[in-house]
Amino acid sequence: MTTRSASSHQIRSFDPVLAGDIIQELKHLPGATLPILHALQDRFGYVDRAAIPLIAEALNLSKAEIHGVVTFYHEFREQPPGAHIVKLCRAESCQSMGCRELETHVETRLRLKMGGKATLEAVYCLGNCALSPAVMIDGELHGRVDPARFDDLMAECGL
Amino acid sequence: MTIKIFVPIDAAALSVGAERVAQAIGHESRRRKLDVTVIRNGSRGLFWLEPLVEVEKDGVRLAYGPVGTQDVPGLFDAGFLTGGAHPLALGPTEEIDYLKRQERLTFARCGIIDPLSLDDYRAHGGWAGLQKALALAPADIVEHMVQSGLRGRGGAGFPTGIKWRTVANAPSDQKYVVCNADEGDSGTFADRMLMEGDPFSLIEGMAIAALAVEASQGYVYIRSEYPHAFRTFAQAIEIATKAGIIGDRIMGKAHAFHLEARLGAGAYICGEETSLLESLEGKRGLIRFKPPLPAIEGLFGKPTIVNNLVSLATVPVIFEKGWEHYRDFGMGRSRGTLPIQLAGNIRQGGLIERAFGITLRELIEDYGQGTATGRPFRAVQVGGPLGAYFPESLLDTPLDYEAFAAVKGMVGHGGVVVFDDTADLAEQARFAMEFCAIESCGKCTPCRIGSTRGVEVITRIINDEERAKNLVLLDDLCQLMLDGSLCALGGLTPYPVLSALQHFPEDFDRPAASAARAAE
Repeated sequence: MTTRSASSHQIRSFDPVLAGDIIQELKHLPGATLPILHALQDRFGYVDRAAIPLIAEALNLSKAEIHGVVTFYHEFREQPPGAHIVKLCRAESCQSMGCRELETHVETRLRLKMGGKATLEAVYCLGNCALSPAVMIDGELHGRVDPARFDDLMAECGL
Repeated sequence: MTIKIFVPIDAAALSVGAERVAQAIGHESRRRKLDVTVIRNGSRGLFWLEPLVEVEKDGVRLAYGPVGTQDVPGLFDAGFLTGGAHPLALGPTEEIDYLKRQERLTFARCGIIDPLSLDDYRAHGGWAGLQKALALAPADIVEHMVQSGLRGRGGAGFPTGIKWRTVANAPSDQKYVVCNADEGDSGTFADRMLMEGDPFSLIEGMAIAALAVEASQGYVYIRSEYPHAFRTFAQAIEIATKAGIIGDRIMGKAHAFHLEARLGAGAYICGEETSLLESLEGKRGLIRFKPPLPAIEGLFGKPTIVNNLVSLATVPVIFEKGWEHYRDFGMGRSRGTLPIQLAGNIRQGGLIERAFGITLRELIEDYGQGTATGRPFRAVQVGGPLGAYFPESLLDTPLDYEAFAAVKGMVGHGGVVVFDDTADLAEQARFAMEFCAIESCGKCTPCRIGSTRGVEVITRIINDEERAKNLVLLDDLCQLMLDGSLCALGGLTPYPVLSALQHFPEDFDRPAASAARAAE
């Protein structure tokens, strides 16, 4: 299965020329801001501050408007993420199956063992509620995740 | 003769190992030099049985599940390709009680067909509804929808046909059809399953909507938490466009309809229709004042149909089988079927499409077979994070928009999340406020500030700081949010809070509860 490009990074440093090409390619779309931000994040893993004036100019909007969009949506990162991105569901269905305990385990493990190699993000529902608790690692969904299974999944990432 | 084996490619099935199972089956059949085709279908929605593998024998599909990679050689040894006995054998899939006792209209094809096969789609009744709609005048299409009684499956339950009529009657050079696939409610996965299991049904429904209101452009707004569904649906659009079903003409008729899938970015509020439109326009997802209604001034200021995915994917069957057929399911003013998503702490979680009127008890006890942990049932939250928490005594409430409103709850998008007796309803009430604080768009004060104050007040109650006084304050705050919020996020967050207070007051009075236990 192919994973989304944002996940299987490719930690590559921000490149304004490449960013400019991406923006040019998408700016014709009606309401192009989100598609552009997604494309940038897919490529670089985050939305670099330096991209904001480029987008603003291409779309004839103010830098404040673009910054406002980036910061409104939880999905967009303003800092480069770790090599692996762990999205942990904190919503009710997963709560009913012990995600609060799982969260404590994940936080401890990520802090103690992995340094900056993984980024932990909270999400509210991954749509896998009949197989809670759910976790998404590098774009791949996992169900019925208990602490032991989480450790196995991390081991598969080499962590 | 080639033997067909079905292994789901639905994200939930993949989340418990379906990909590796498919690979193992391929590997094992090659090793044994067997003539086998592995077809990747959507999910049947029996998630406790995933990965659910099916083998077709004499035109009947036989189920095995849940299959792990370690089971695969044994299944071949047991002759599962010819229906051999095995501990994982479940018999004919259609005869599995959970599935047999459903009324699948919207989900009729889901889990049966290869989601991206046009031939499969057509062979199972696909495009028949669109063919019928193509022969009707736009006004007749709208009337057909009005007569069906379909109400929006996103949560608000507004009659779909009336919405379409408003858009149809709004004069404009440009109109839009927008599908709300920002399925953010915890406990719901119907939209995701359809996009991954039967994406053409949504395309067909949107094409019919476009004909009805004479729209030439459609957008499907899919949440970013569903990367897998987004990929499948984008492929489906490409396939349908290449086949000439949509695009410059709809099945040859001189009516252009272009469709594009757009990705959300992790904002629950964008499931609110006006926030969604702002987001599609490339802005922050702030909600808009209503009026004007999106049906009059919607996307880019033009008349726009904004419908939930399940509503739109139900349109084809309404035309294929006729509005009378659809209307004859259900109870009261809730017509047709509802895809219910049974989730959380439940032994047999999954998708149950039934006519309105089924009770929570039947769902949880009969279909669900109780909690996953085996502990006693304590509470159920219906309708997502803005839905009420119900105790055992309300389990005989039938799923029906009006019956739920009568007990201060809502059906919402049909998500049912079960909790066992370890649940702390004061904690759940605090989370409802916390969630609202995280996801508030910030436009109106009751929601933006009220949610944060709500977290604080509930925390004080839990900590037994001036409890009586803070309970009065919480009630007052909830009333203010109910009455003063601009949209359903702030306006319905009090539902889980007040229902937890009403039905589980002991959880808000732990010092007293522990004192009582000590006295025993």
